[in-house]
Amino acid sequence: MSLLETTAITKTFGANRAVDAVDFTVRAGELLALIGSNGAGKTTLVNLISGLLRADEGTIRFSGKDITRQTVNQRIRAGIARSFQLVNLFDHLSAFDNVALTIFARQGKTRSLTTLAGRDQAVADESMSILKEFGLAPKAPTLAGGLSQGERKLLDVAIAYALRPTLLFLDEPTSGVSTREKAPIMDVVTSIVRSGNITAVVIEHDMDIVFRYSDRIVAMHQGAILADGTPDEIRRNEQVTTTLIGTGETA
Amino acid sequence: MDTLVTQILNSLFYASILFLIASGLSLVYGVMRIVNMAHGNLYAIGAYVAAWAIGLASSELHVSLLFVLLITGALAAALAGAIIEPMFLRPLYRRAEEYQLLMTFGLLLVLEDVMRLLWGPHPLTASALSEALGSISVLGATYPTYNIFVIVVGALAAVGLGAFVYRTRFGVMLRATSQDMRMASALGINVKRVYVQAFTLGCLMAGLGGAVVMPISGAVLGMGVDALILAFVVVVIGGLGSLEGALVGALIVGFVRTLGITYFAEVELAILYLIAAVVLFVRPAGLFGRA
Amino acid sequence: MTELALASPRVWSGRRVVIGALAVGALAVIPAVASPFQTITICYGLVFAIAALGFNLLLGYTGLLSFGHSAYFGTGAYVVALLVKYLGVASMELFVLAGILGSIAVAALFGVVCVRYTRIFFGILTLALSQVLWSLALKLFWVTGGSDGLRVPTPTLLGGLGGPGADKVEFIAHRYYYYVLILFLVATAAMWVIVSSPFGKALQAIRDNETRAEFVGVQVWKYRWIAFVISGAFTGLAGALWVPLNGLTTPDILYWPFSGRIVFFTVLGGFRTFVGPIVGAIAYNYLETYAVGFTVYWQLVLGIVLVLLVLTMPTGLVGTAIQIFERVRRARRP
Repeated sequence: MSLLETTAITKTFGANRAVDAVDFTVRAGELLALIGSNGAGKTTLVNLISGLLRADEGTIRFSGKDITRQTVNQRIRAGIARSFQLVNLFDHLSAFDNVALTIFARQGKTRSLTTLAGRDQAVADESMSILKEFGLAPKAPTLAGGLSQGERKLLDVAIAYALRPTLLFLDEPTSGVSTREKAPIMDVVTSIVRSGNITAVVIEHDMDIVFRYSDRIVAMHQGAILADGTPDEIRRNEQVTTTLIGTGETA
Repeated sequence: MDTLVTQILNSLFYASILFLIASGLSLVYGVMRIVNMAHGNLYAIGAYVAAWAIGLASSELHVSLLFVLLITGALAAALAGAIIEPMFLRPLYRRAEEYQLLMTFGLLLVLEDVMRLLWGPHPLTASALSEALGSISVLGATYPTYNIFVIVVGALAAVGLGAFVYRTRFGVMLRATSQDMRMASALGINVKRVYVQAFTLGCLMAGLGGAVVMPISGAVLGMGVDALILAFVVVVIGGLGSLEGALVGALIVGFVRTLGITYFAEVELAILYLIAAVVLFVRPAGLFGRA
Repeated sequence: MTELALASPRVWSGRRVVIGALAVGALAVIPAVASPFQTITICYGLVFAIAALGFNLLLGYTGLLSFGHSAYFGTGAYVVALLVKYLGVASMELFVLAGILGSIAVAALFGVVCVRYTRIFFGILTLALSQVLWSLALKLFWVTGGSDGLRVPTPTLLGGLGGPGADKVEFIAHRYYYYVLILFLVATAAMWVIVSSPFGKALQAIRDNETRAEFVGVQVWKYRWIAFVISGAFTGLAGALWVPLNGLTTPDILYWPFSGRIVFFTVLGGFRTFVGPIVGAIAYNYLETYAVGFTVYWQLVLGIVLVLLVLTMPTGLVGTAIQIFERVRRARRP
């Protein structure tokens, strides 16, 4: 059974059908790459699944349950988390606090006004260990706004990861980052995803990254799914190579 | 029947003033994403300057010419705007939103006391103008002609502003900048210039509103904040950033207030807030607004 | 990033504890060393400091700039005055309790409307609601005394001290001063715990990035509302403490320029630090007391200073002092 399944999900903006009756599935444990040119509907699809946008038509089922009408908060509690294409951090909090706050929220501790956040050793330990996994431990006390672009991208993913989700959406985790820094980011992401038993859907434009790291690729074009298969299958798919990769050359 | 006519005309009169104030506020927000807390005081400046200019000239000029001096209020407000935006707002665009609000609030305080400093604590007026036009008979009701004049000014302003924003080249640049500032800049639009022009235009409208209402209600300290709050109710209902919204909102508020005053004089303000609260709950972006 | 907030403070930094202890010590000996007039001035400053702490929970920690905090200060004050008028109460403890409860009620109600939607509307909405209260205080003169206001005699502290018959100046400059000082310290400690708690961190996350806060599971508008109510409670406490000092409450404290003062002294001290608002309130109160004799255009001065602060010294007195201190410290290190 698939972990996540959308059926005929649709989102229209004015005259534009950004996501057009899409049937999208994600299988547990895989690392799925979602590709497509700008405007293909990838981010809109992720926005619909994560709850940022409400679907006009169609349903979303997660672990068998219908989550189409659920709030963002409910979806997070169910186990869906996401990172953002344009880095979305708490700039005036330290890297440590960015992660710690997420853990507090996950554990429902943010209700507490009378305990000191700094005193919670368990949360502090978990926060440091997550930062270590992402290679950000030395930057723990630095304010998020003062980190380098690559570090910010990693922190963005770390926050989503700190929610200990079952399904993690990563929206262009390597965009805006120098080529040199891309592979390390993806290495960290893949190792965490595999060791943590997390299913990941990654929106990516860099085809090298896509073919190297993903188990399965879904290609979108103009709001609909164009192709769905393993990296080899996609590489051989002419429609995909001409529409997206440009020339029919393979990576 | 004649009471109905009077009510309708009063509503339109009130709506005209509201439109002049609210359209400026909405325009500035729409283009620059700034809520100008000092906007009401630019309306007040319009009233004060016009009253002062007319007061200076009144012994010498014929009343009909004094009408022309109402423009001075609009121009003074526009001039203030042309100075305020580059000097005080432009340095803050990259900073957090709070600083822009704090700045416009600081300007509100400054303008309020500048008016007190220049013109003293007592109201100024130019009632000669409103009296000069006498009254006119409309569908059986006797109604002050000056109020009709204000309605005409408001209507012309609505049409003029609409034409300006939707049919001129400048209007296109204005709309492009308001939709996507970075893109507009990338296309070669001089965003800095658009900003100062938009801000000046917004202030001009507010000043005009102050100037034309002054012969009736005078130029009074505190009128700025009252106007700001009313303008706010209008844009909540109509939608911040939308000119149609400012127009429709002004009409709705105008009619509700007139009815309110007739039947529930004490709670007139409360009724307006109630409507605004309901609109905020039901359709937070307002009737015509985009979030 | 043009300004970053100051880095999270190291909690028990030795230097901070020493400075704090010295400050508390200095405040404690004021009545013994200063004239009654100066003591009373500082007493007013402490009251405004409590209001500033409340206000800054919203601005500095939650990112919401309210222009209508006079509503809670005024509620605190008027609740006290009405208790005197209708129930003949004289107990300060009841005044404090009632003032806090009254302002919680008003903040809860206003908060529901204000925090629900975008920050853009928040400022003007808070202003509008405080104006509604002001106009009610003015119009319902048979209850509130209209523009004349209501008098409040000297209260009794702890059941026995003071009371309507006592020598007012002596009372205020000594017993009442300590009463206010203790409540000020309690309020400061309470606020410090709140902003250092997980809830406080969640507020800061909301301030920095509302969308992301939502996406880590923080219920944004609920937390904003709670912060709003707490903020109102602190400011209401300040109002309740203020009115026996002033002897009288009038609609002026509900009028928007009073909200402007609260904004001003918080920004003056520095709204991105914990102690900034306290310093700003006390400093401002001093300035106002001594300088108000110089000019009637006090609002103009406030406005100009606010404009200059925003342009040149946005982190306020405390923030700028810390920045200078950090720079000196870094220059000294090899």
